[in-house]
Amino acid sequence: MSAPNSMRTPLGRVRGLGSAKSGTHHWWMQRVTSLALLPLFLWFIFAMLSLAGAGHAEARAFLARPWNALLMLSLVGFSFHHIAGGLQVVIEDYVRPEKLRMLVILAVKGLSWAAAMISAFAVLRVAFT
Amino acid sequence: MATFTLPKNSTIGKGQTYKAPPGARDVRTFKIYRWDPDSGENPRTDTYELDLKDTGPMVLDALIKIKNEVDSTLTFRRSCREGICGSCAMTIDGLNTLACLKPIEDVKGDVRITPLPHMPVMKDLVPDLSQIYAQLRDIEPWLKADTPPPPDEERRQSKEERAKLDGLWECILCFCCSTSCPSYWWNGDRYLGPAVLLQAYRWIADSRDEYTGARLDNLEDPFRLYRCHTIMNCTRACPKGLNPAEAIGKIKTLMVERQG
Repeated sequence: MSAPNSMRTPLGRVRGLGSAKSGTHHWWMQRVTSLALLPLFLWFIFAMLSLAGAGHAEARAFLARPWNALLMLSLVGFSFHHIAGGLQVVIEDYVRPEKLRMLVILAVKGLSWAAAMISAFAVLRVAFT
Repeated sequence: MATFTLPKNSTIGKGQTYKAPPGARDVRTFKIYRWDPDSGENPRTDTYELDLKDTGPMVLDALIKIKNEVDSTLTFRRSCREGICGSCAMTIDGLNTLACLKPIEDVKGDVRITPLPHMPVMKDLVPDLSQIYAQLRDIEPWLKADTPPPPDEERRQSKEERAKLDGLWECILCFCCSTSCPSYWWNGDRYLGPAVLLQAYRWIADSRDEYTGARLDNLEDPFRLYRCHTIMNCTRACPKGLNPAEAIGKIKTLMVERQG
């Protein structure tokens, strides 16, 4: 965006660089991931309640079952995709200027990716050892 | 970053008080935002006491009475005084609305009046709307078609097609909705806001228009359209009872639909 004291016309400023021709995919993916997370979180809460008071061996055995491992991996994938996308929207809302906004979004995406990888690796390690 | 506090030159000071005339029977206090660009001073809140027994029923009646009889320097826009021109949009009792449609008796206690939020102020209750008008111009709010109209006839529409414009054509462009929207406050330079998006949808929904796809292309942008987070302040504020949030939702639905 041009500086506030620019002598550009309002229409020139509003048209700016034109439309990005994107945004729909991001918005739709937020809806798709939240749809997937609804049943996944219900399963997760139910699973954690059923494991309440269980020991280490029982918890490992739970995660080693194929369905549980798959659902847990799905939960990790959808959760961090949803978190990164949601935080990106918040950052776009509030963080200026553009360069700082881009940097913060990159940092959030990197952290989400790292957290997702670590979580997935942990699930697989428990499941396969 | 988004600005959550007022800059130093915008903080509001205490202003003058204009007492009710002696013998007033039903006194009501109006606290009105004042700012004069020529004075070099900060804005202030002036207090006016009016006798409601001697004032019309609407907030606009009170403003006109103040300007005519108490303080002629009070500046505000008004024209039709019946909710069709959209000129007297302002914040009354914490909600953006039209002064001409807002009964004084609906306000409990003092009547606080400020200009539409987060817009540059030109003077007192008059906001600078040049950017929002440019945004309206950007969505090209007129019929665009390559097919010439039938000779000696209007472009025709079925009753069902015409019905799709109900709830859209009634908008009077007072911008109560856009200026009530936090997303428009923080990103108004790029986000088009509810009023302009409702107008955009009014032409997207028009069966006679042949540029629906191009109109959607122009809106498909993380800022122009997708800053709407369905906060619904727009729908709550609209003095005409319209639903801009729903119109924006329909634009988003069409965006997904055309992706297959």
